[in-house]
Amino acid sequence: MDWLQSIEWMGLLKCFVIGGLLCVIGQILIDKTKLTPARILVIYVTAGAILGGLGIYQYLVEFAGAGATVPLTGFGYNLAKGAINGVKESGIIGAFTGGVAASAGGIAAAVFFGYIASLISKPKMKKE
Amino acid sequence: MKPLDSKKDYQNYVDQKSPNSPILKNCFNAFWVGGLICSIGQIIMYICKARGFSQEMSGTIVSIILIGLSAFLTGLNIFNKIGKFAGAGSLIPITGFSNSIVSPAMEYKSEGYVMGVGGKMFTVAGPVLVFGISASIIVGLVYLIFNTQAITLV
Repeated sequence: MDWLQSIEWMGLLKCFVIGGLLCVIGQILIDKTKLTPARILVIYVTAGAILGGLGIYQYLVEFAGAGATVPLTGFGYNLAKGAINGVKESGIIGAFTGGVAASAGGIAAAVFFGYIASLISKPKMKKE
Repeated sequence: MKPLDSKKDYQNYVDQKSPNSPILKNCFNAFWVGGLICSIGQIIMYICKARGFSQEMSGTIVSIILIGLSAFLTGLNIFNKIGKFAGAGSLIPITGFSNSIVSPAMEYKSEGYVMGVGGKMFTVAGPVLVFGISASIIVGLVYLIFNTQAITLV
């Protein structure tokens, strides 16, 4: 159980609170507005990319770790950060390659696992 | 019971009869489930770092594990139950992205494995990718144009 020693409990608490708060904002959007979940996801990703581009989201990531990167805003942040790093390395082409390259693992995993999981799933029983 | 004459009376009557808006309860559930999912991610990240992976690599591993896990939980119809209970708590984390890929794909399985599963996977995830990737390209281009410290505090 030596991996337990690598856990910083304070960091975990920060992560829990920030991650939870980001979800509460989403829940308020669901309950108080007529936005569909799909739109909320789009808003989160775009907001994350913009905040990431402005360099604001980085502070939240430093503060909360996975609490900021696991919500979809973190996906947007990751794309934007990748694009900026891409521009630094290879100029205008980097703006196109950097973002997707930085989040390639997540996108590829989503496509692959998504397809496999759909194949093995049993069709839902329509009882409702 | 006396008849309700005005709209206001009716509204009062509805407010009396309907249970307290569940928004507080929803938010509470979203908070702790969302926090828990992020904490699982953080724990995976700590383990990865302890094994010597870099920050970026750890982040990618966390995404892949959470996405894979929620994809299969959706396939087994478990994730939908969590989603009903937690609302945004399971939607906003990257698990919701994965769920949004598998759910429609399962539903349209009968339309075939190429256009049914392969096509409908992206009914929700497609827009997310379109806007996310486009926004990142714009961010990159803006950074290129205003390549100063002012535009990005990085």
